[in-house]
Order: sequence, then C-alpha cells, then structure tokens
Amino acid sequence: MLLTLIAALPFVGSIAAAFLPAGARNAAAWLAGVVAVACLALVALLYPGVQAGGVETFRFEWLPQFGLDLYFRMDGFAWLFALLVSLMGALVVLYARYYMSPEDPVPRFFAFLLAFMGAMLGVVLSGNLIQIVVFWELTSFTSFMLIAYWYHLPDARRAARMSVTVTVAGGLCLLMGVLMIGEIVGSYDLDDVLVAGDVLRAHPWYGALLILIALGVLTKSAQFPFHFWLPQAMTAPTPVSAYLHSATMVKAGVFLLARLWPALAGTNLWFWIIASAGAASLLVGAFSATFQRDTKGVLAYSTISHLGLITMLLGMNSELALVAAVFHMMNHATFKASLFMAAGIVQHETGTRDMKRLGGLARSMPITAAVATVAAAAMAGVPLLNGFLSKEMFFAEAIVVGRSLGMSITLPTIALLAGVFSVAYSLRFVHQVFFTEPSHDLPKPGHEPTRGMIVPGALLVVACLLVGVLPAVTVGPVLETAMMSILGPELPEYRLAIWHGFTLPLVMSFIALAGGITFYVLLLARGAVMSPTPILSRLNAARMFDVANVVVVRGAAKLSHLFFTRRLQSQLLAIVGIALVAGVAAFGSTGWSAGENPLTPIDPLFTLLWVVGAACAVGAAQQAKFHRLAALIMLGGAGLVTCLTFAWFSAPDLALTQIAVEVVTVVLLLLGLRWLPRRIAFDDPRRKTPRARGRRARDFLLAVAAGCGTAALAFAVLTRPQVSDLPGYFLRNSLEVAGGRNVVNVILVDFRSFDTLGEITVVAIVALIVYALLRRFRPAPESIDVPKAQRADPAPLTTAVDAPLPRGYMRLPAVLVRLIGPMAGLVSVYFLLRGHQAPGGGFVGGLVMASAVIVQYMVGGTMWVESRLRIHPQVWIALGMIGAGTAGIAAWFAGKPFLSALAADLHLPLIGDVHLSTVLLFDLGVYMLVIGAVVLMLVALAHQSLRSPRRVPVEPSRESAEETDEAEAVV
Amino acid sequence: MELVYALAVGILVSAGVWLLLRPRTFQVIMGLSLLSYATNLFIFGMGRLHMQRPPILNDAAPDPSLYTDPVPQALVLTAIVIGFATTALFLVVLLALRGLSGTDHVDGREPEQ
Repeated sequence: MLLTLIAALPFVGSIAAAFLPAGARNAAAWLAGVVAVACLALVALLYPGVQAGGVETFRFEWLPQFGLDLYFRMDGFAWLFALLVSLMGALVVLYARYYMSPEDPVPRFFAFLLAFMGAMLGVVLSGNLIQIVVFWELTSFTSFMLIAYWYHLPDARRAARMSVTVTVAGGLCLLMGVLMIGEIVGSYDLDDVLVAGDVLRAHPWYGALLILIALGVLTKSAQFPFHFWLPQAMTAPTPVSAYLHSATMVKAGVFLLARLWPALAGTNLWFWIIASAGAASLLVGAFSATFQRDTKGVLAYSTISHLGLITMLLGMNSELALVAAVFHMMNHATFKASLFMAAGIVQHETGTRDMKRLGGLARSMPITAAVATVAAAAMAGVPLLNGFLSKEMFFAEAIVVGRSLGMSITLPTIALLAGVFSVAYSLRFVHQVFFTEPSHDLPKPGHEPTRGMIVPGALLVVACLLVGVLPAVTVGPVLETAMMSILGPELPEYRLAIWHGFTLPLVMSFIALAGGITFYVLLLARGAVMSPTPILSRLNAARMFDVANVVVVRGAAKLSHLFFTRRLQSQLLAIVGIALVAGVAAFGSTGWSAGENPLTPIDPLFTLLWVVGAACAVGAAQQAKFHRLAALIMLGGAGLVTCLTFAWFSAPDLALTQIAVEVVTVVLLLLGLRWLPRRIAFDDPRRKTPRARGRRARDFLLAVAAGCGTAALAFAVLTRPQVSDLPGYFLRNSLEVAGGRNVVNVILVDFRSFDTLGEITVVAIVALIVYALLRRFRPAPESIDVPKAQRADPAPLTTAVDAPLPRGYMRLPAVLVRLIGPMAGLVSVYFLLRGHQAPGGGFVGGLVMASAVIVQYMVGGTMWVESRLRIHPQVWIALGMIGAGTAGIAAWFAGKPFLSALAADLHLPLIGDVHLSTVLLFDLGVYMLVIGAVVLMLVALAHQSLRSPRRVPVEPSRESAEETDEAEAVV
Repeated sequence: MELVYALAVGILVSAGVWLLLRPRTFQVIMGLSLLSYATNLFIFGMGRLHMQRPPILNDAAPDPSLYTDPVPQALVLTAIVIGFATTALFLVVLLALRGLSGTDHVDGREPEQ
C-alpha cells in the first residue's frame, strides 16, 4: 500500500500544483517540497523490508486474463533508485524555488516536475514490464514539457521536439521488445522474467528483442549514436537539467539494463551491442566535452560520457562490472547534479553560460567555486572522492574482462583515454569559470547566490566526500542490498575501499590524472581552449536529425499527394465506385438470381405512386443546381411517397415518423436556402466544355449502375424467404415480457433501449453542434440584405410584436395556426402515451410537438412568438437526457442491470388502477429530447435572418462583430 | 409488388448517387436525403413486403406468421430521426462554409479550370 502511495503522491501533487494561480510561486514550491520529502520518508520507511534480499510488493488485479495487473514491486535495487529520485527531487525543488524567476509561471513548472517524479518512481517501482513502458513514456512526455517550459524560445521548442522524437521512438522499440519477452516467458511479471534468463537467451528471437530493447535503452540514456538530443535539451531550466538530464531520467535506460541484466546479459551479442555503444559514447562524450564553450554543454557531453561508462560496464557480462555500474550510477548522480546546480548559479548570477566570457569567479563567489571544484574533482576521479572509487573499479574491470589479446588491449586503452579527457574537461570547466583572470565583460557582476540555491549542491558535495572517504560505512550496506536483489544472495567478492594496494588500476588512475592535466596545459599553451571540437564538430548529429526530419515530412507529403486527394468529389467517387465493385464481386461466385417466393400481385395504384415518386426523385436530381426550391418540393414529394410506402406495407409507426420528419426537414432546408448564392442557368460556360460533359457522363453511368445494383440486390432479397427467427422472438415476448402491444415501440424503449439511448444522445449532440456553429455564423456578404422577394412585398410579412394578429393575407393562416397549436400539443401527448400499445411513441410525439412550435414561428414571426412564449430547447434536451438516464439508472436500485424495465401497478383512490413503468419515463425522455433538439436546430437557423437587417454592409471590425454576436446570440 | 419496390429503391439510389457526385453543396445535401430514403426503404424491405399485418399485437399468445417483421421497422425509425439530425448538421456546415469561403463548392473554392 505504501508503495502505491509513493507512486501516486507526486501525481496528486502535480494536479494540485496545476490548479494553483500562475503567481503562486511559494505555494507551488512548498507543495512540491512536501511531496518530495514525503516520498523520501516513505522510501526510507520501507528499507527494512528490502534488506537481505527482501521484496515489498503491492498487486491490484486489473486485466488478469491478459497478464496485466497494476503491480508495484520494490527490491533493494528499486529502493536505491527510489531513494535517488525522491532525494534528488527534494533538493532540486529547493534549488528551483530560488532559481526560477517570479515572472515565470512557476506552478506549471512544479506540476510537470512532480509529474515527472511520479513517472520516474513508477518506472523504478513497477513490477510489470508493460507498466514500466507506460511510466517510461510518461517520463519522455514530462521531459518534453519541461524542456519546452520556456516555449516562447524557438530553441526550446526545437530541443523538446527532438528529445521527444528520439526517446518516444525508442520507447516504441522498447514496447515491442517487452512484448516479445512477454510472448517468450508467458508473463510480463518481473519476477517471472528475471528467472527465465536461460529460456530467453536460447530463444531464436533473442537477437531481435535485444536490439529492440537496446534501442529503447540507448535512446533514453542518450547513448551514441542517439546522444545528440541531450546537449540540445540544455535549453531547459537548469533544475530540469540537474534532475532529469543528469541524475534520473537519462538513468532510466541504464536502470532498465541493470534490471534486465540477469535475464538478458551473458551473451556475445549483448557484449557487442551494449558495450560498444557504451564505449563509443564514453569516448565521443568525453572528447566533445573538452571543447564546449557552454558550461551546460560541457556537463551534457560529460553526462553522455559517464552514461557510456555505465553502459559499457553493464555490457561487460561480469558481475563485478555490474556492481561498479550501479555504484557509478549513484556517484554520477551526486556529483553531476551539484555541478549542474553550480553552473545554474553562475548563469543566474552573471547572466551568461559562455566560458569565453566567464572567468575568475572564485573571488566573488568563493562558496560556489568550492562546491563546483570538489564536484568536478569527483567527476575527474580524484582520490578521496566517490568518483575515484567507481572509476577505479571500471579500470580494474577493463583490464580483466578482455578475453582475447585484442580486447585486453583495446578495453584498457579506451578506459584510459576516456579518463584522460574526463580529467581535462573537469579541470578546464573549473579553471575557465572560476580561476582565470576575472572577466569584466559579464552581463551582471557575479556574487554569491541566496543560501537556498547553494545548499542543495553543497549537500551533494558533502555526500561525494563522505562516500569517497568512508565508502564501506556510508554506501556499502545499501549497495550490497541493491546488488543482492539483482544477483541473488551470493555476491562476487568486492571491497569498497580507497586503498587496495599498489595495483594496476591505481596506476591507470594516476596516468589519467597526469595525462589530463598535461593535455589541458598543452591546450592552454596552444591557445586552443575555446576552439571548436576537432573532427566531431563537422558531424553535427542534431543537424542530420533535422535534415532527416525534413526529408521524412516532405516524403510523406509527396506520398499523400500521390494517393490522396483533398477534393470531395473524387473521394465520394472512390467510395461509390469501391462499394459498387465490392457489391458486384460479392455476386461473382454464385451469380445473381431471383428467389423462389411467389411474387405478390402488382397493385396499379402502388405502381402509379412510385411513378410519381421516381419522377420526383429524378426531377430533384436534375433541378438541384439551378432551381433549388423546385428540387426541394420534389424531394418532399419523394419523401411523401416513401411515407405512403411504409403505411402500405404494415409500418404505421414509420409512416407517422416519416411524415413528421418530412415536415421539419423541408422547413429546415427552406430556412437554409436563403443563405445560398444565386445561381443562374446560363452564366456558366464551364458546363459546356468536353471535360465537364465527360465527367457528367461518367457520373451518370456510375449512378445508373449503383441504382441497378441496389435494385437487383433488393429484388433478390425480397423474393427469398426469411431465415431468422428474430422477429418471432420479439413478437412472442413483447406482450408477455414487456407488456406492450406495439412491438416496434417495445423494441425501441425496452428490448433495445440502450441503442435508443445512444441514438437520442447523438441527436442531442448534433443539435448542440448546430447551435454552436450558428453562433459564429458569418453569412456571405451578398446574402446579408433582405431578400428580393421580401423587399418587393408591399405589406411586410413580419407581425408587429404588439399586434394580436398580422395584417393582410397572413391573418387567416395565423388564426388557424393558433387554433392548431393546443390541439397539436394534445395529439403529441396522446401519441406519446399510447405508443406502447398502438402506433405512436416518443419520437413521433416529439416531432409533432416540434412541428407545432415551428409552425407558430413561421406564421407569427420569430419576434412575435418569442415575445409571448419563451421556450428553452436546451432545457428540454437536458430534461430528456435526465429522464431517459433516470429510467435506466432506476433499475440499479432494484438490483437489475442498467435500463431494465420496472413496472408497478398501483391502485389509487378516485383514479383507479394505474400501470406505471420506467419505460414510460424513458419514452418521455425521448419525447422531450426530440422536441428540444428539433426546435433548437430550427429556431437557431431561423434566428439568423433576424440579425441580417441590422448588420451594416461594411465589414465591421472584429471586436464589434464579436459583440454583435453575443448580443444576438440565438434563443 | 417486389419488382416495383426494388425499382423504386434503385431509382432513388441513382438519383442520390448522381447528386452526391455533383460539385455544389446543396446538390450533395439533396443527394444524401434521397440516398437515406433509399437506404431506409431497403432496410425496411429486409422484413419482406406484407400488407395489413402491422406489428401491433391483438392477442396474448401471438402467432408470429400473422405479423410483419418489427426489427427493420425499429431500426429505420431511429434512422429517420438521426437522418434529420445529420441533414441539419450538414446544412449548417454548408452555410458556414459558404460564409467563410464565399462559395458553395464542396471543396470550399471554385475549380481552377
């Protein structure tokens, strides 16, 4: 339980910090600090449990059938890393409190920092491989957000993009690798994977999965050739560099390598992939670090180099090397974080990171200089400091591991060379910043920072010293616990001590020190301290990355240009064409034939009906371009014929619904017509070109083919007997189980009410979208004026708001419509109530009511109606959703599944027997929602005409247009 | 009757598809409406054509062969209402497109030729 708390606490803190006001600098820092210290305390509390090979676990079953559980697992190694993450977190929070400027939105910074902390603790404490990958990706994401924290800087955005591209691509590879491990082992649990090393190494997939895992790990830990994102990431605020990009996140890669070491290490392939990537990073990083001008650049390349050292140790397939690697992870975190903090202090107090401008700061900033010097000495491997111990172990391993003669010369040479450079860049860093002649060219005169900034770095340096002098007492037990959790109770012989006697590694340490100093003195003498990196500066990996990016993007654009068109007509042509081909192909194997059912005799009346219907459809198709009103009338004709067809073939409910929908659809489209451009048949010569004619001929053929195909398909089905007993089921059970005689309605509101709930939700959402789109509606300029027909009319149709009845020829319809209003309401309620037993129901009732409302609008005019009758369609929609939802949820209280029908027969005095059912409530919800949605859409559209006469023809400025919009917001 | 019904569906589809491939937004909206009639009729036809057998039960133990298939009817009923909603949505998108781009061409700009 405590384990989950450790991982969850930072996320909770992150959300809390995100809600703080932008200026709440202290509150955010306190929050982050408390969270970090609490995590630290929790981690410390758990130490007894992980001692001597113990494991703390917490498992929450999530998807056990897929082997996916939320599984936290803390052993000694995880404990060590959890300690590192939370301890560093606490120190960095303290540092960041003073580093961040009051002008920055500090709560955002701490929110992401805490989220990162949670993600990193998640990586460390996960006991399930998939879970590790999830947290792993979260660290990439938070790192992205933190690098881009100052997102107004183009460099920050670019660096953030680069880092996230590299690490997330690696994360994908890692996921694939992990999935392969899961397939082979049969479980994603770390406990199972770690004991399955022999199976994994012998499996034919081993090579592939190792490469995938290596890609994930090497990108994360910024290893050659993926190292280039790390120096770019130095645009992040320095606390981020200290925390993510030296102490913790970049360690996630090597952490996972060490974690999976028992399962994957021990083969030649492992050695060649991991150790050579490590060796290359070690050398490239150390060499490049020696020539950086930017203080943080030096530290970034040195981080690459030290991570390379760790990776190389892990790749050596030796248990002692593993011990050295874990030890060095800790040491590197302490000295590098304090160096970053020192570099940040220098930048904060002087305003620059350029080593060419900096100099002689030891005089004005003695404490900072002392801290940085000791930390740099630890980095260089000077005796009595922690870096010396792990580096000596590295030298020792480099000597003994090589099995062939070549290897036993190459490995020590690489180690020694890297040692020389590491001494040189450490010396150069400290000397150039603190001990040369004082510079007079600084943006700000340097002075000591506030105590809060120097304390974290100083504490880390004290740790370096303590570990360096008394390793066996300070770090010995913890390291032993960690190693036992990876290697089991039998650890290889190692001794943490400064003095092992006069050995070869000691000699190498001294050669490296002497060589490094000589190298730096030579550079000074030749005046080449600030020259660009020889050779490597030409191979700019970051630039190559950018070029590759551009190439990929352009290639993708070309490909999509080849295979995709933005033109709607071509897309629809493709859709129809493919549907046609697929439909014909489906008949390919059997061929088309009519069924055996006897045909029902043809009724001449029905035939005549469809002669009219077909004429309407073809007419609408032909007239839709130039005579929209005529086309709309004919569309209505086709709709009416469809409606009669439903009535003809025993579907009274459909006929009712269709006719009501037909009315509102035509009203809707009529309202829309006013905003479309005028189109005159004779003004377009483009219609006469051969190409246009050809296109029309092609479309005509396709349309005819589609029609013939559908007709053939429909005929083939209609003449065959029905095979399924689905209708029988509903017909038999409707009355008995659901108590309704109208089976269609029973299906809608009872058997399949969940579908209906989804459908009315769609209708509600569409209505709200329509409303929202119309709020920002901008009519085309030439449509704004009052239409010609209205201008020509001597007696305007709109009724004066205070007049009881309109003047002129609209008076009679107005009287009729107002008479119809209450009756339509009555009819709609009647349809609703009887829906369960006879044709009707919520849909039909709602549509009838909505039409009644719309008719009032049409005849009375918007202003007139709304001055007397305020309907709030949104409220109706909401009530409808609530009603239908309540009907569904009520079933829960009766212990039944969602939307089960509940019925009660009550005997009330005076009224008599009453049958009440949640089904009626559900249908009432449908009814209200349909009214609300239809009225909302139509009224919103009708309101557009209201604002047009007021609009000045000159395009108003943006602000005033916004205001008018608000003022005229519909309904 | 089956033949007439099938032809009716076919003609509605033809008119709908033709309009669907036209360049003006109003034509496309009309085409979609015609296509939705055709589709609703087609789905409704999957219950076969029965006259004077509405699925309104008369007795407690109904004989399924005396009633038409209610399932396609239930499907089509909601489809009709949703069809109205999508027509409304498309109409508003059409109007917004016209207001923003100044044209009623489906691609938001007049063809170049």
